[in-house]
Amino acid sequence: MAKTLTPFDYTTAQPGDAWPTLAMPPVARVTLALYCGASGDHNPLHVDSDFARAAGLGDVIAHGMLSMGYMGRTLTQHVPLGALREFSTRFLAMTRIGDQITCTAQVIARFNDAQGQSCLRVAVSAAGQNGEVKAAGEAVIALPPG
Amino acid sequence: MIDLRHIGYVSPPFTTEVERGRLRFFAKAIGETDPVYLEEAAARAAGHPTLPVPPTFLFCLEMDRPAPYGWFDDLGIELPKVLHGEQSFVYHAMAYAGDCLTFAARVRDIYAKKGGLLEFVVQDNQITNQRGELIAEFTRTLVIRHG
Repeated sequence: MAKTLTPFDYTTAQPGDAWPTLAMPPVARVTLALYCGASGDHNPLHVDSDFARAAGLGDVIAHGMLSMGYMGRTLTQHVPLGALREFSTRFLAMTRIGDQITCTAQVIARFNDAQGQSCLRVAVSAAGQNGEVKAAGEAVIALPPG
Repeated sequence: MIDLRHIGYVSPPFTTEVERGRLRFFAKAIGETDPVYLEEAAARAAGHPTLPVPPTFLFCLEMDRPAPYGWFDDLGIELPKVLHGEQSFVYHAMAYAGDCLTFAARVRDIYAKKGGLLEFVVQDNQITNQRGELIAEFTRTLVIRHG
């Protein structure tokens, strides 16, 4: 089990240390409607049940980028935005209405990049209520000097 | 099958302004509670000139282009078959409310797996601000499901 530091200080975090988790309420249709409008991603697959059924998905699925938005929040609630250098994810499973996403992050390594900047490499993921990983990726965070 | 000659396909450059209200709407949509993303005063107290653009919102701004799925038609991609497979960002500088960002998109790769049942399209985007500064690069990988 990863150790979670309280209060969390990313500047002293070591490999294996875990970020505080971010638990979101269940995905509702209005969650997807709001994300559709706010994100500008108007793909009907996410808000139009008829379209989603015709596409063979049964019902609407959440935008992958909604999960990545939650993952980003997990990082930035404890890191200044300007310290984020890289952020990537793979989308591994569909998120459906009622799914409850929890995001976790854990330090993989401390390293110096090509410019000699000390950085953290962090594994970050979003999972559903049954533990099914919906999205998993990595972030690189620049550490302050000293 | 998507014609491999579309590797290198370039979308028309697209410029859009980062609107304050839209940043607040996006913050609401992802359940953001950190006042740095919601209130000018909190943003300034955290050292920002105004509301900052959160990490994944750059992807969203690119979809404000007219006919954001128009390039699907050019490549012969059917929207109902498309899923988002991967997404990555590399950040170079901060972006803020009021900035005008320009997106330059190019298809880097097209390939198939599982005997053509799945096709993949990899598209790179480069984002610069109104001063020509490189803000970020992002790459999306789309998965097109056949059968």
